[in-house]
Amino acid sequence: MTPLTPVITAHWDVPDYFTLEGYRRHGGYVALPKALGMDPDAIIGTVKDTGLRGRGGAGFPTGLKWSFVPQNDGKPHYLVVNADESEPGACKDVPIMMANPHALIEGVIISSYAIRANHAFIYIRGEVPQAIRRVATAVREAEQAGLLGDNILGSGFNLSITVHSGAGAYICGEETALLDSLEGYRGQPRLKPPFPATHGLYAAPTVVNNVETIANIPWIINNGVEWFRQFGTEKSPGFKVFAVSGHVARPGIYEAPLGITMRELLDYAGGVVGGDGTVKFWIPGGSSVPMLTADHLDTPLTYEAMAEAGTMLGTGTPMVFNSTISVVKAVTRWLEFYKHESCGKCTPCREGTYWITGVLERFEHGHGTDADMDLLVEVCGNIAGRSFCALGDAAATPYPAALKYFRDEFEAATHTPVDEAFPPAASYVFGEVAAR
Amino acid sequence: MTIAPQSPAGVAPADVVTVTVDGIEVRVPKGMLVIRVAELMGIEIPRFCDHPLLDPVAACRMCLIEIEGQGKPQPACAIAVTDGMVVRTQRTSPMADAAQEGVMEFLLLNHPLDCPVCDKGGECPLQNQAMTAGRGTSRFEEEKRTFEKPINMSAQILLDRERCVSCARCTRFAEQIAGDPMLELLERGAKQQVGIAPDQPFDSYFSGNTIQICPVGALTSSLYRFRARPFDLVSTPTTCEHCASGCSLRTDVRRGVVTRRLAWDDPEVNEEWNCDKGRFAFIYTNEGRIASPLVRENGELRPASWPEALDIAARGLASARGRAGVLTGGRLTREDAYAYAKFARVAMGTGDIDFRARVASDEESQFLASSVAGKPLGPTYADLDKAPAVLLVGLEPEDESPIIFLRLRAATRKGGPRVVSLSPVRTRGMDKMNAEWWAVQPGGEAIALRRLMGGEQAADTLAALRQPGAVILVGERMAGVPGALSAAAELASTTGARLGWVPRRAGERGALDAGALAGLLPGGRPANDARAREEVAVVWGVDPSSLPTGGRSSQALVDEILGDGSRVERDEQRSLDALLVAGLEVADHPRAEDLRRAIAAVPFVVALSTHHNEVTEAADVVFPVAVVAEKAGSFTDWEGRNKPFSAAIHGAQSISDGRVLAMIADVMDVPFGTGDVSALRSEMDRLGMWSGERPAAPSVSPALDEAAGTTALATWRLLLDAGAMQEGEPHLAATARSTEALMGAQTARALGLTEAASVVVSTNEGSIELPLCIADVVEGAVWIPMTSGGSRALAIGASHGSRVRVTGGRA
Repeated sequence: MTPLTPVITAHWDVPDYFTLEGYRRHGGYVALPKALGMDPDAIIGTVKDTGLRGRGGAGFPTGLKWSFVPQNDGKPHYLVVNADESEPGACKDVPIMMANPHALIEGVIISSYAIRANHAFIYIRGEVPQAIRRVATAVREAEQAGLLGDNILGSGFNLSITVHSGAGAYICGEETALLDSLEGYRGQPRLKPPFPATHGLYAAPTVVNNVETIANIPWIINNGVEWFRQFGTEKSPGFKVFAVSGHVARPGIYEAPLGITMRELLDYAGGVVGGDGTVKFWIPGGSSVPMLTADHLDTPLTYEAMAEAGTMLGTGTPMVFNSTISVVKAVTRWLEFYKHESCGKCTPCREGTYWITGVLERFEHGHGTDADMDLLVEVCGNIAGRSFCALGDAAATPYPAALKYFRDEFEAATHTPVDEAFPPAASYVFGEVAAR
Repeated sequence: MTIAPQSPAGVAPADVVTVTVDGIEVRVPKGMLVIRVAELMGIEIPRFCDHPLLDPVAACRMCLIEIEGQGKPQPACAIAVTDGMVVRTQRTSPMADAAQEGVMEFLLLNHPLDCPVCDKGGECPLQNQAMTAGRGTSRFEEEKRTFEKPINMSAQILLDRERCVSCARCTRFAEQIAGDPMLELLERGAKQQVGIAPDQPFDSYFSGNTIQICPVGALTSSLYRFRARPFDLVSTPTTCEHCASGCSLRTDVRRGVVTRRLAWDDPEVNEEWNCDKGRFAFIYTNEGRIASPLVRENGELRPASWPEALDIAARGLASARGRAGVLTGGRLTREDAYAYAKFARVAMGTGDIDFRARVASDEESQFLASSVAGKPLGPTYADLDKAPAVLLVGLEPEDESPIIFLRLRAATRKGGPRVVSLSPVRTRGMDKMNAEWWAVQPGGEAIALRRLMGGEQAADTLAALRQPGAVILVGERMAGVPGALSAAAELASTTGARLGWVPRRAGERGALDAGALAGLLPGGRPANDARAREEVAVVWGVDPSSLPTGGRSSQALVDEILGDGSRVERDEQRSLDALLVAGLEVADHPRAEDLRRAIAAVPFVVALSTHHNEVTEAADVVFPVAVVAEKAGSFTDWEGRNKPFSAAIHGAQSISDGRVLAMIADVMDVPFGTGDVSALRSEMDRLGMWSGERPAAPSVSPALDEAAGTTALATWRLLLDAGAMQEGEPHLAATARSTEALMGAQTARALGLTEAASVVVSTNEGSIELPLCIADVVEGAVWIPMTSGGSRALAIGASHGSRVRVTGGRA
């Protein structure tokens, strides 16, 4: 069995780990002076060599992204941390910010130094005020300790961090919509190219990275490339904060090397609860990636293996569903989410989610038709790859995968309401989780 | 087929790329958008959000096409061509075709099937493209989204949200082109809708353009909504009669009534835009018209037959030969102005003619004769785009020439010219043009320009004007500031900057070139030049010695008529026995009360007018004439560009001023020709422009009146104001700027005024009370609108640069 590898989460059991003092007591801010003594390009090179891939869902190589920022261009550079974690099923960035805000800040300082940014922004989902308060407090602590501000640790490097609260729109997790929102505009994705690396925040070169990605950086600086690459696979190096949720006995955070399987994670999480005790279907990382079934429990959780299985690693936050759950109902709820969160900018996403949701709601009430099943495949096909940003692509993924694995349930929903076939009460789990 | 065989004009070969569209190889400038390349080749890619004058947004996804090497279809409106790119449109790519059909199906999901009652039905891009790129039947069985309808974006602009396809053309127009970002998309997803902030209506001067570029029937106007079907309209291209910007418009007539006006395409001038005045102020053409000739009998006007009225007019004017004046106003077409210019000299034997129904001066006459009249085209709009620097002297383009405003805004958005505005008020328009405010006392413009030339002020502006291509634009209010036009002309000649004179009214430049100004014969010919008179006499078929060598301005005529107050009583000494007046408003004259008395005092007044006004009420003979929509003609814009048009209303009963004058001349037995527009044009063409010696530019010294205890008045006419041609359109009037006085904070404080109070601006002739608004106004000055609501500066004898008293009001 693949052992867990707590790195970012290693000291989450220390009660005051979220404070500057607690973080320092356990090796915090050791990487910072080391990094400030390095050439910024060497840091970029190190991150490139680790093969660290973005933990926000797309998995783009972080070092490569940093290297796109033009240097000596006379413009201000910005680092923006995407902490707008809003994906259904994703809950890893908020725990990191709650338990380990200083790792994030240390990562921000090092990353900003590498890309020559003197101002960094942490854009936090507005619905988690506790995380906003915690990060803001940590930024204040760091400022008071001279870890932020002018001439950090006598290095001559200046950096200020602005903690910004989102206003409740899922689309603002899309990096260019996030930038618009940060600039004070209505959050809608921007036309690319130009990309943020050259024309980002205030039209200046900008790197947008996920919380977990940045939180990796101090450990990379401390321990080096080889240490990092001992975890994971060639194409998916490193470890990952997996947040397992759904019908498992011990839902929660499991930090493990990339390449661990869902079966192993399930074992760590105490197995499936409720229903007949088996996995009916699961999603590897947020509702935006196609679902898998029990047949895929041994597929390694890596970017490449997930792609081969027809899905994506996404945010690496597996959600597990037992036999009591109607696929039709789950997909309908997800599509209702996308319909509600579609920003409205482009036609396929705006209208397509409206249409799919309407049809799925009919299925839910037992009023779907055979023709509807094929129609929805076509409608999803008309959204995927034609929408303005990835939100539309994401909205087009749940249904086709659900139909592929559970066509019979949709067929049943042409005559039987879902709540009759899958009584909701059967899904409830009372006390069972706590008992274990 | 090769669109650009060697190198497209003005493009260096290095900037040309080769792309293949639907198997056809073309060479086009690098960076061109795929959709534009296809357009050039005659391949139409369907689109909604794309507009060539707006920044790409790629939101509607209708124009998806296939680009070789890309797995997903790409928006043709946002992809710039690169060398070797292989593009396949819906014509050759199943992927593109399927993508477009899918998007069209999505667009129609929530779109109501109300085409039969929608204003856009019949001229609707969605309707048309649904026919070419859509499915025959809908597969959508769910409920369509509905909204309350319509809602007001402004008094004029209405929105039916359920028709909107969220293309964002209107919001992008408002933000990018007009600079009035009052429209914005609100809400998310299928609930997304265009909207305004509470209590902030879309009162942009350019709001009507959003209706025209809306690719569906979501935006409509209060004026046109439900009035006509597009296929019931007879459309005619025309030139706007409202200002000297020279917009190409399209006039739509339904059963002989002007029903709608649209901006028409003229890349050299208005591109595809116009202002709301040009679009919506046409009700005057349909309402309140004079129906037949009128003659005065026993002190009352009564209808008369044409022969009777012509006979009376001809006899009256003939008996006043040599002792008559002509006031034409600034609204005539170039051809009609020419007819007056000729009629005055040939039939009335007078050189006393003036087209300026506004503040004017002899300095201005000299300036126009030396620097404007009969000069070839330029500076042009294109020159503004390319200019390194543009100096605005007493000109507020947003109010006085909206297309100059749009062009300067567009140019400065792209980093173009440095715009400096010499004005007592820092306006919102200046901010939108990214212009620098060069603050000046009202009336102090001449002194400021002198200081600039003397190197005492704004040295960087002077340096900027010395760059090749720099332009100076002077507004018409500078005629009221002694020395300003002299200084502007000198500044232009010393720096090499090109000088443009921007009058407000559409007919002014044409009237000037046509010779409707004392001392100037057609083509800018000085009347005191023997060769000039000879050239004109040959074409007119008269004896050169019969042509007057000079003439008097309208102000001089008024002085002549009123004299010292005693001459009026002694008829035998009066040197003016008749006035021929075209459609002008007495109230527009700087000495309105004097003109009123003068018209009353002159024994014989002939008025040619479309509507009743103060002149027709006092006239002895009144002839009804055609409005612009009913006749052919042309307007010469501020650039000197002549823009001809034909009649929009076919078979109208009314006739042009030129024809009426010809008929009078006929009765007088004076050789005049038919007065028909083509005859007038061919005469003008034969005359051409003056190539000889021109009078010297004026050299009037600045004089600044700084009477103690008074405040300097700044004023100009707002675009939407109490103008006679805007009558009858309350929705348009409701979008006008509020009528208020503007003052700087310090000036107001010094006078003990606060924003909560109203102020009274007074002269010896009267007073105006207005709400006070603290704004960026130069210290020691107050700004009021010249002719809006209760604010009529001329009525209290005040104009730009006058000294006024400002006190607190009652409120």
